[in-house]
Amino acid sequence: MRVWRWLVAIATFLFGRRVRQERKRAKQREKRQEAEAKDPIVAQGSPERGAENLVVALLGIASLFALGFVVVYALFSPAGIPNELLGICLGMCFLFVGGALTVVAKRLVVTEELEDDYPEAHPGQQKEIVEIVRESGSRITRKRLLLGAGAATAGAVGLAAITPALSLGPIWDTAPLDQTPWRRGVRLVDEDGNPLSANGVAAGTFYTAFPEGANNEEIGSSLIVVRLDPSKLKLPASRANWAPGGILAFSKICTHAGCAVALYRKPTFPVIEPKPALVCPCHYSTFDPYTGGDVIYGPAGRPLPQLPLMVDDAGDLRAAGNFSARVGPSWWNVREAPTSE
Amino acid sequence: MRRSGLMAALTACLALGVVGLAAAQPGSGIVRPTTEPAKPSVELGAELYAGNCASCHGIAGSGIKTPRPGAADIAGEGPPLRGVGALASDFYLRTGYMPLSSPHDQPGPDRVLFNDKEIRSIVAYVASLGSGPGIPNPKPDSGSLAEGLQQFTLHCAGCHQVVARGGYVTGAVVPPLQSATPNEIAEAVRIGPYLMPRFPSSQISDAQLNSIIKYVLSTRHPDNRGGWGIGNLGPIPEGLVTWWIAVPLLLIACMAVGRRLYR
Repeated sequence: MRVWRWLVAIATFLFGRRVRQERKRAKQREKRQEAEAKDPIVAQGSPERGAENLVVALLGIASLFALGFVVVYALFSPAGIPNELLGICLGMCFLFVGGALTVVAKRLVVTEELEDDYPEAHPGQQKEIVEIVRESGSRITRKRLLLGAGAATAGAVGLAAITPALSLGPIWDTAPLDQTPWRRGVRLVDEDGNPLSANGVAAGTFYTAFPEGANNEEIGSSLIVVRLDPSKLKLPASRANWAPGGILAFSKICTHAGCAVALYRKPTFPVIEPKPALVCPCHYSTFDPYTGGDVIYGPAGRPLPQLPLMVDDAGDLRAAGNFSARVGPSWWNVREAPTSE
Repeated sequence: MRRSGLMAALTACLALGVVGLAAAQPGSGIVRPTTEPAKPSVELGAELYAGNCASCHGIAGSGIKTPRPGAADIAGEGPPLRGVGALASDFYLRTGYMPLSSPHDQPGPDRVLFNDKEIRSIVAYVASLGSGPGIPNPKPDSGSLAEGLQQFTLHCAGCHQVVARGGYVTGAVVPPLQSATPNEIAEAVRIGPYLMPRFPSSQISDAQLNSIIKYVLSTRHPDNRGGWGIGNLGPIPEGLVTWWIAVPLLLIACMAVGRRLYR
């Protein structure tokens, strides 16, 4: 019974649709005849269904690339998917949109070149131009299909454009961004994996260190380690024992734009030369190691995160906890503390 | 002991005499003894030191850490030189970093004001003030270019730029290294002149240092893929050139698409 009713409904819909389409076609035919009778200015171009198919195909590929951006963004992990894919997806998307527009311009729109001078402001002539413009699109036979494809592509690009906004939360889980491989007891090693001994850290130079057994490419991994005169340190009271023997460790990632803080400014004659500082080569953010990484110059908005250190029984340096603040360039809610993996 | 005491007395006398001489002369000139011996000697070095270095580095390399009252425009501040050895003095004199007209300036590559004999003499004299490292003798030919690039990128490129074109650090200018000799590079790595960190052999071994020098020497004639290095200065000129070339190309492409070229 129910099925029967459904069949009737579908049949009515289809039949009604055919009738509607029939009426529409008749109307269009009427319109066309009317236009022909009016003797159009622009000659009717022969329809090019092949070109239309090409445009639809190009727009389809562009939409797929835009959706690819969303997929890459969703599945992104530093080790698995190269972030270049994001740029490649968007770039290819725009390339195919450009290709589609070029095909429309070259093969679907009738070009009418005016040999006369551009007409002065005159109601009659302006009407003529409007008619030329309207009739120039006369080759297009499936306008709605093309408009639909264009709208779909625009929607996909729009979706790709707003995807990164999800990272602001709360839909997307941003917690992994705050995790660092450091926790109490993790040993400091150099880029070859050799442990860093406290006695081996000399003053007047700087060392790059990593957590033992972790991925060195992670943003929270790399450290810059320096040794200063312990009597001159002015660390906050809560960090009193973070620097055994005057050895300090900071995140090597600048809090401004995430470059590597690869410069250590060390005066040869401290009496008249600028005092020691950690400097980022990108925009010259300068951090004071004596006070625990405070910004003393440049665009960075917050101190360089400091890692508490301790010396184990073998004399090697180990982390005594996690960083004093979130690692990496600054963004929303950045003042919260990092979490250990 | 007796000998060093005598030396100090001699230097003091010379210094006093030369201060008078210096007052009578224009500030920038080098003070030389009236008759220089034909060969380099510690004695000649002592005389030259007293005349040209002692006003900042103190008598017999003792250094002057506090401003001297009544020293007019020369604040007279300089680090002690006892124990710096031949390495540091050779570096500062051969590069023209010293003598410095004002102790508040950053020492930079400059005209070398002493001749070779005088430099050898002063280096010998400074080396005699205390035991310190000798002039290194790096062998860049034995290094590996790949290791050199890796080590240079790790330790040096942050300031000196990856093709050693120099740059800035807050508070100082970082010199380009194209005209540095292998010895100067080896010395600078160990000393860390001005604001540069020093790299002891536990940080950069002598073998790694050879590789670094080999790499720095190779940057004098870098392999410019594409044919145009644009000064090897990095992203800013490269970006400018890209845009100055890319924008016209894009415009031409737009015009071609619009068939305007055919008119």
